[in-house]
Amino acid sequence: MSLLKLEEVTKKFGGLTAVKNFSTELAPRELCALIGPNGSGKTTIFNMITGIYVPTQGKISFNGKEITAKRPDIITGYGIARTFQNIRLFQGLNVVENVMLGQHLHLHSNPVEATLNLPGYVREEKRMRLEGMRLLESLGMAQLAHDEPSALPYGQQRKLEIARALATQPRLLLLDEPAAGMSPADSEELMIFIRHILQTFDLSIFLIEHQMRVVMGICPRIIVIDQGEQIAEGTPEEIQNNNRVIEAYLGVADYA
Amino acid sequence: MKISRNTLLTLGALIIFAGFLYVAQNMFNTYILRIINLCAIYSIFAITFNLIYGYTGQFSLGHAGFAAVGAYVAALLTMSAQQKEANFFLTPIVPALATMQWPFLFAIIAAGLLAALVGSLIAWPALRLRGDYLAIATLGFSEIIRVLLVNMQPVTNGALGLKGIPPYTNLFWSWGCVVITLFVIKRLTNTSYGRALRAIRDDEVAAEALGVQLARHKLMAFAVSAFFVGVAGALMANLISTIDPKVFLFFLTYQIVGITVMGGMGSLTGSTIAACLYTIFLEVLRPIESPFTIGNLHVPGVPGMRMVLFSILLLIVILFYRHGLMGTREFSWDRLFEFFRGKKKASPLTNSEGEQE
Repeated sequence: MSLLKLEEVTKKFGGLTAVKNFSTELAPRELCALIGPNGSGKTTIFNMITGIYVPTQGKISFNGKEITAKRPDIITGYGIARTFQNIRLFQGLNVVENVMLGQHLHLHSNPVEATLNLPGYVREEKRMRLEGMRLLESLGMAQLAHDEPSALPYGQQRKLEIARALATQPRLLLLDEPAAGMSPADSEELMIFIRHILQTFDLSIFLIEHQMRVVMGICPRIIVIDQGEQIAEGTPEEIQNNNRVIEAYLGVADYA
Repeated sequence: MKISRNTLLTLGALIIFAGFLYVAQNMFNTYILRIINLCAIYSIFAITFNLIYGYTGQFSLGHAGFAAVGAYVAALLTMSAQQKEANFFLTPIVPALATMQWPFLFAIIAAGLLAALVGSLIAWPALRLRGDYLAIATLGFSEIIRVLLVNMQPVTNGALGLKGIPPYTNLFWSWGCVVITLFVIKRLTNTSYGRALRAIRDDEVAAEALGVQLARHKLMAFAVSAFFVGVAGALMANLISTIDPKVFLFFLTYQIVGITVMGGMGSLTGSTIAACLYTIFLEVLRPIESPFTIGNLHVPGVPGMRMVLFSILLLIVILFYRHGLMGTREFSWDRLFEFFRGKKKASPLTNSEGEQE
């Protein structure tokens, strides 16, 4: 059974159709990339999956449950976590607290129990901190735990955003241009990091990327969209040799 | 070892402060007592505003309305039957309230609870709005409460207000409530819920994407805040013993915002210090509103001159010292020691709020 299923999803902003009849499926533990030129509707698809936008038409289901037009926090509760294209860390929290916030939705104690520091809450708080530290450790960031997020180098901020999303214990992780603004060497390292996540955590990853080269090495399956419509799908080799993809990226050859 | 030292210092400071309050309550005249009480009440106002704006990032201007609810509830619950009869000579009071008289403690709690209820009811629709729109909506709700107070004659005695409210508020009640408010809100902001509130302030979209239920958390901040504002309103009613709807004009909210900004957004102890400084400052400046002569220049008394100075001070803070007195930092013993190494002795007001971490 597929983990995520999008059926004929369409999103219109006034007269502009950002995404048109987009359908796809993601299997458990699959790594799939969504690529396309600027403004082709990649992030819009992510925003519809995570509930930030409501699709104009179509149906999205996760784990057999329909999630179309549900609230973002509820969708996260079902097990979909995401990162953002422009880094959105909480500057008022330190690194480990940013990660701990990802676990907040699993908190059992109510605000009164928490404020009174009852034993149940103290246990939960301790566990959250421990798990947060463990997560940072497994990503090699433990020594940064008490820094402010703005003090981290760019690449580490991106990793922290991923760590924070992982803390929600997702079954599907959506990464929105994780390599944006990175040097080729850094983005290669990031791709190795993403493969490491896939092997360590039991989840699927849906990845948006702008540059085709970055995803070629690690994604067995690539979906290409252009102007809101899917134009190709397949293995990296198939995509590389697909004429429509080349057209979308380089423009139509004009020999006249 | 260090933790216990700081806790001991906090406890010691609290005991010294309680001793100071005891001496003050018995030695100072009513004018000075009123000022110290008002310091406490404004502290609670500023601390609660800090929870909503400084921590949660919701710019709400409803404080005057919540304070009004608390003040009227406490007044009506503590006044004796005869006083009520004397007050309601135009329209008789509703029978249910005519003979009701509760002990002060229960009246304070009831005032807080009703204010929290009203706060939640207002928050429910208003918190869908953001930024300036939230400010306008809450300001409107605050005014609606005031207009209701004017027009619900059988309950509130309308524009005539309530007179002869028993003056139960003393330094122990008022500063006791400050300590409780500080403690509760400080604890709350240190919990996972507090982190979620700060996350909402920093980035609502990211917080929601991480599973934080925005409405629930904002509502919680609003309800807690409104509860303590109601408590402060109750203290105020039983301090000044005469209230009418005009006490709770927008001006009160404006003062609270000003104090909180001066104390530092996100610093609870900063709010307390700023509230004390502000209240004392206003009293010290009272002479400039009466006529005075410098050399052979005669200046006539101008009522409201103090507020002009206050506004200038606020402007200076906003222009040159944007983070206020304390920024987002809290008072802590360690920092105090670093600062005053060798010549340590802070005022009792600052001492009472040692951070317990």
